[in-house]
Amino acid sequence: MSEIPPGLFTRTADNVGRKTITAVEEVGNGATLIFQSVFWLFMGRRYGQPVRAGSVVVQMMETGIYAIPILVLLNAAIGVMLAIQGIYTLKIFGAESRVTFGIAFAIVREFGPLITGILIAGRTGSSLAARLGTMRINQELDALHVMGINPVRFLVVPALVAMVIMVPLLTFLCDVVGLLAAGLYVQFTLDISLAAYFDQVVDVLSVGDLMHGLGKSILFGVLICIIGVVNGASVTGGAEGVGKVTTRSVVQAISAIVLTDMIFAYIATLG
Amino acid sequence: MSAEQNTEQEFTSVIKVRDLVTHYGTRQILNGISMEVRDGEIMVIMGGSGSGKSTLLRHLMALEAKTSGTMTILDQNIDDLSMQQMFDLRKKLGVAFQGGALFSSMTVGENVMLPLFEHTKLDRMTMDIMVRMKLEVVELGGFENLMPAELSGGMIKRAAFARACVMDPKILFCDEPSAGLDPAVASALDELILRLRDALGMSIVVVTHELDSAFKIADRMTVLDRGDILFIGTPEEIRNSPNERIQKILNREPDSDEVDVDVYLRRLTGEDMYGGAQL
Ligand SMILES: Nc1ncnc2c1ncn2[C@@H]1O[C@H](COP(=O)(O)OP(=O)(O)OP(=O)(O)O)[C@@H](O)[C@H]1O
Ligand SMILES: [Mg+2]
Repeated sequence: MSEIPPGLFTRTADNVGRKTITAVEEVGNGATLIFQSVFWLFMGRRYGQPVRAGSVVVQMMETGIYAIPILVLLNAAIGVMLAIQGIYTLKIFGAESRVTFGIAFAIVREFGPLITGILIAGRTGSSLAARLGTMRINQELDALHVMGINPVRFLVVPALVAMVIMVPLLTFLCDVVGLLAAGLYVQFTLDISLAAYFDQVVDVLSVGDLMHGLGKSILFGVLICIIGVVNGASVTGGAEGVGKVTTRSVVQAISAIVLTDMIFAYIATLG
Repeated sequence: MSAEQNTEQEFTSVIKVRDLVTHYGTRQILNGISMEVRDGEIMVIMGGSGSGKSTLLRHLMALEAKTSGTMTILDQNIDDLSMQQMFDLRKKLGVAFQGGALFSSMTVGENVMLPLFEHTKLDRMTMDIMVRMKLEVVELGGFENLMPAELSGGMIKRAAFARACVMDPKILFCDEPSAGLDPAVASALDELILRLRDALGMSIVVVTHELDSAFKIADRMTVLDRGDILFIGTPEEIRNSPNERIQKILNREPDSDEVDVDVYLRRLTGEDMYGGAQL
């Protein structure tokens, strides 16, 4: 005997409507933010608002260098995992020695960019959202405004530039680490030397494959940064609010990365 | 108010507001406010909680978009300013926010130095000296290498003052400078505000709850009441005002149509919790 509470439908519809509006608004904010960032990056000097190389370097260290240990560990594990699964599957056809193909494509086109993106989303994206959110609540963003310092130029552009530079570089590093780890496993398990394995890898991979992965990773970097900033800047309601937008930014960034990855892969393989 | 109009011509004003109406969402917060801040004066904005003091202050420093009305800061109509002119105008304003709003990732010294670093071409040594001087003024000499998290509440406020003053602004804004500070520190801040006016000739706009401090520092006061101006005048004029609502504020009587938590709690517990009514 379950009765539908009165007004449930209208309330749900109202809720869905509100959420949709918020979502559209946020996409709009993100687009505006990208536009503004590009503006300040190239036009800032003219308005006495240059983007400082120093802040970009700080962000690059923060985003990139400190993330290397955990990225290396994860990608080595993924490489070995791919080698194990590849050999296991190919054994069915007695084609274990062709495992290199699978590993090379999978790492360079998918796992390198994806793992890097997800990890950076969890690490840098969340810290960006938290930082911006805290600054908003503490009126630090207002303070920047009244000091005549444009917050986009001062806070967002350095982070964005750092992302666009570091995420592809990290992805490339991850590609190499993943391939190397997989190669070591292959060397131990099958009778293929590391040199022969890398010969094969270089043979099967084209520059296009590498670019496919690196191109995606630049997109991921932009997404992570913009999603982090939009969430952080929209915080309401104190420290709890900061926690909420931080979590939200990570979930959104990872979802965006996975979806973009699929769309990118689809479009890139059309031709 | 009529005396106000007559004397208006004799003073140069740094901020002029005419018929300022503002909204948050659909709620109207300020209902057409006209006031001015004169050159070299300390203007104190008072009023009950939620009356729109902070909102007015945010508009006076051009942080918020208004619904209608005109605003002139340092003889410039802010609606007519280009982005570049706005940046230039902002260099002449200094703000000490209620919570300090120090950048938590920078040291105290770096915080104070930031406006210099961004807006001047001074060399590092000169900037260091200027920062140290400003910190001395607020009695924070030697603290430049601490992080904001390592400071007490009063020290953060004083550091915020140092940062607000480092560019020698024409107008200084302070939101609740003495709220939550112990009396000694609060009165030291009052002294500091007076000194800034006298020594540097700054025009200063202060929002405050503290009546004693308000009467000590104010050259003139603006009393807000639910988005309207109740009174503008000198402390003397305000004390002698026959207006009932003003006298209520001066006598720290709670608004009759607002729930007074203290009274309610006292009635609940049957005891006098604080000894005296506090606003
Ligand atoms: N960011 C905001 N969004 C929506 N409404 C707001 C916002 N800030 C203030 N208000 C509303 O504007 C009105 C005036 O607020 P304001 O902060 O200016 O009051 P105040 O006089 O400074 O009060 P207090 O003395 O408590 O600081 C209040 O009714 C408040 O609810
Ligand atoms: Mg306030």
